[in-house]
Amino acid sequence: MAWSPSEMTLGDQATLFKELAMRLVTFILRRALHSIFVLLGLSVVIFGISRILPGDPARMAVGARAPQWVVDNLRAQMHLDEPLFVQYGYWLADAVQGKFGISLVTRREVAEDIKEFFPATLELALFAGILMGGFGILLGTISAQHKDRWIDNVVRVLSYLGVVTPAFVFAIIFMLVFGYWLKWLPTIGRLSEGLTRPPVITGLMTVDALLAGDLVVFWDALKHLILPAVALAMGGLAQEARITRATMSDNLTKDYIAAERALGIPERVIMGKYLLKPSLIPTVSILGLDFAGTLSSAFLVELIFNWPGISRYGINAMLRKDLNAIAAVILVLGVVFIVVNIIVDIVVAYLDPRIRLSAERSE
Amino acid sequence: MVRMDTPPLLEVRDLQVHFKVFGGHLKVLDGVNMIVRAGEKVGLVGESGCGKTTTMKAILRILPQPPAKIVGGQVLFRGQDVLRMRPDELRQIRGRGISMIFQDPTAALNPVFTIGQQLGDVIRYSHRNGRLDARQIQLKALQSLKEVALADPERLLHSYPIQLSGGMRQRVCIAMALATQPELLIADEPGTSLDVTIQDQILRLLHNLVVERNTSIILITHTLGVVREVTDRVYVMYAGSIVESAPTKTLFANPMFPYTRGLMQSVPRLSGGGVAEGIPGRIPNYLHPPSGCRFHPRCPHVMEICRREKPPMFTVGEEHYVACYLYAC
Amino acid sequence: MTEVTGSWASGLQGEAGHVALADWQELQRRSRRENIGRAWYKFSRNPLSVAGLVIVLTIVLLAVLAPYVTPYPHHAGPFTDFANAKLPPNPRYLFGTDTIGRDILTRVIFGFQDALLMGIVVLALVVPPGVLLGLVAGYNQGTWIDTVIMRITDIFLAVPPLILALAIASVLKPNLMNSMMAVSLMWWPWYTRLVYGLTSQLRNEYFVKSAETLGASKAHILFREILPNCVSPIFTKMSLDMGWVILIGSALSFVGLGVQPPKPGLGTMVADGARYLPDQWWIPVFPALGIVVIVLGFNLLGDGLRDLLAAEEV
Repeated sequence: MAWSPSEMTLGDQATLFKELAMRLVTFILRRALHSIFVLLGLSVVIFGISRILPGDPARMAVGARAPQWVVDNLRAQMHLDEPLFVQYGYWLADAVQGKFGISLVTRREVAEDIKEFFPATLELALFAGILMGGFGILLGTISAQHKDRWIDNVVRVLSYLGVVTPAFVFAIIFMLVFGYWLKWLPTIGRLSEGLTRPPVITGLMTVDALLAGDLVVFWDALKHLILPAVALAMGGLAQEARITRATMSDNLTKDYIAAERALGIPERVIMGKYLLKPSLIPTVSILGLDFAGTLSSAFLVELIFNWPGISRYGINAMLRKDLNAIAAVILVLGVVFIVVNIIVDIVVAYLDPRIRLSAERSE
Repeated sequence: MVRMDTPPLLEVRDLQVHFKVFGGHLKVLDGVNMIVRAGEKVGLVGESGCGKTTTMKAILRILPQPPAKIVGGQVLFRGQDVLRMRPDELRQIRGRGISMIFQDPTAALNPVFTIGQQLGDVIRYSHRNGRLDARQIQLKALQSLKEVALADPERLLHSYPIQLSGGMRQRVCIAMALATQPELLIADEPGTSLDVTIQDQILRLLHNLVVERNTSIILITHTLGVVREVTDRVYVMYAGSIVESAPTKTLFANPMFPYTRGLMQSVPRLSGGGVAEGIPGRIPNYLHPPSGCRFHPRCPHVMEICRREKPPMFTVGEEHYVACYLYAC
Repeated sequence: MTEVTGSWASGLQGEAGHVALADWQELQRRSRRENIGRAWYKFSRNPLSVAGLVIVLTIVLLAVLAPYVTPYPHHAGPFTDFANAKLPPNPRYLFGTDTIGRDILTRVIFGFQDALLMGIVVLALVVPPGVLLGLVAGYNQGTWIDTVIMRITDIFLAVPPLILALAIASVLKPNLMNSMMAVSLMWWPWYTRLVYGLTSQLRNEYFVKSAETLGASKAHILFREILPNCVSPIFTKMSLDMGWVILIGSALSFVGLGVQPPKPGLGTMVADGARYLPDQWWIPVFPALGIVVIVLGFNLLGDGLRDLLAAEEV
């Protein structure tokens, strides 16, 4: 239902806020509902992948030398003799409860593996995401404010190179330069040998070390984090810098900036508030996509830096056709990606009243 | 009242502005000269694209640079050159000294902040002595919205520009420009984008507010009727320079520059009947502007000298100046 | 607005009765030639776009002529020369040699072949169905056809493309053909979404409405009225995507799911070489730079095309 100030009754602030809050809840619910649908679809695709493989999954699971009765038992256990959609039903029911079966590689419950490896990836991706957003916006802003001067040109060339260079190339170059030649930073794993892991609370090594008050471990974990995270962040960082520069230098020529200047609002307030907020909208919208890039590249970067995360686990599963593990990894990353995109949508709706208000109007 | 003996509030001397574009420079302002005295209401007329807005933006140094570049001249506000001020000095002038109402109220309001946030900051940073607390700012904001005859100002403070009608946005812009209590207000075609009745209301409102406070104003408009009604003196601009200036009555009674005469004739009159004549030809190309007087290709009275040399200002009456060789003694 | 190129313009012949058909066609041909000339002029004014074109042409030429321009064409296969193994860059081997003595420069140039092949095959497989689905969904916006197509698209866009491509490639036999299949399965939704957006706008344009009023068939409206107006954005996206597809392809071959040895795949060479860091740094670094250059070239070219087409729309 549309509302404009003229149609509203006088001074009804409380109702106004309640209405706004309601709309936000509706918005999030609708988004969540859509996501559940998408996840269901994704589960069909994943199930499909695990069944395009020629041959008998049960035979694959137990190996070529196992006797036939073992295979038959397993077939019955895996419901392989039932029609496909029934198999999917069983599979989905298990997946929803987090039961993905046994991993062929680690011989453990896949859910256990995910629980162990996922936090490492989360730490890496979060750190990369912060670098990406923070430095991307910073560089873009600097570039826009010194448009066409040398610093802008340097940022532009670097961000172009950043966009076109794959993360695994960055990983190898950083490893070579900062790890081997300059010897500034470690290149393997999450922690140096001889140090003991802090007690697991969040699973993020740096955070756990801080919570345990162990600064030595924190510093060491942070040093291990830097190279892989920077390699992961570079592409998105460059992309964010480009987008921020483009929107900002466009917005700088807008009349409202001129008007704010003409009315005597200080330059720092204009830059930090009136220019920044509208310029962040496209940047934040793109962050969701860039995060997808980060999750993708993590597969290779974790491999190169031997980072014990879910992506390295996933790659190993893929190379050994460990279907249970593959399905779980994709589903988990799909959920992460969807959650990130919902957050991005909410932030954009917060930043841009036009989206909020037009969404209301269309309902 | 306008006092003639005091030094002018604003004096623009030989202002030149170029725009860098692909393939060269547009010589948009070609030596603009203007004076505005304290309390004076000045009109600025001329066809679209002749450089009116550029002049005003150059005065406040809010032209996007690049592509614009102020290549010469001075803008003296109370005797000080705005173009050579340090950023902190400039801030004292913007808002409190000179403020501006933009042509398009929709573009002039930041789309992602509420009216309250924008108006509040204007009030906060233009306040002269001491700091205001949030409550005081809100009261002042409500006050200035009431002054421009907006209903339900409390709700307006929490509204975003897209929730307002065009007329309301224009009023908000006027409220913001006047909230700084400026000595000089620049009004760039206020209400042009609105329909005629609302435009009329807005202009009347603006006129009353300015007279009440004895604020000086530069009013840019296409509506010559408005100019006649509300201004003391008029500048006529053509292709980047002032071609004629005179007290309003004098100009309407006795326009001298050929372009001004054409302008007067192109106003349709209710009584006179017939169709407005208009001025043949188009505004010149700024990349390669005509030599000499920039009006010469369209001028019905063109002479040899007009093609060669730019005419200086000739005094033709009391406070009446024309840049045209027809009036050279 | 977008330049309208729908064929209904040819209906003007009837109105301008005095213009003979041959003259009309000649006129159209001439104006098309002029447009191309003007476009090329604009494109050539941007040094970056020209650089992109030069890079792309060079790479294509090198790839096609690889057997003739490389110093040691036989090094592209299963060749060994342990006497000259692990040599750093030198005048004989500009990029050095790998662990079994093969010239890296030769192998990088041969690596371009499969990289380009990957890009071309994937786009050829992906663009027609992606565009078709987008046209159909966009034209039937709001109906169940739209819902079904676009929800399926959403599902495929819900996971980062590399991850599903990796998963699909992993259950198939690891080779170039299957990695192309895997990437293609992931890539079509981007075109569907692009064309969907364009079509749902275009279907409300007057030239589409008038064709409908005249009783034109659906096929005519989709392919002769709407599609021609989507061509420029599609081409721009294809040029940019060549780079991205090659990048994903190299990522697949990096983990061993793409080009198989002894054939030289750029990603494979980087992955193998990474094991010899830091001492034989040239083994992974030069193939890695090869990937960067190829992606850079297509991106510069794509950006140039986009600027060109965007400027034309003004």
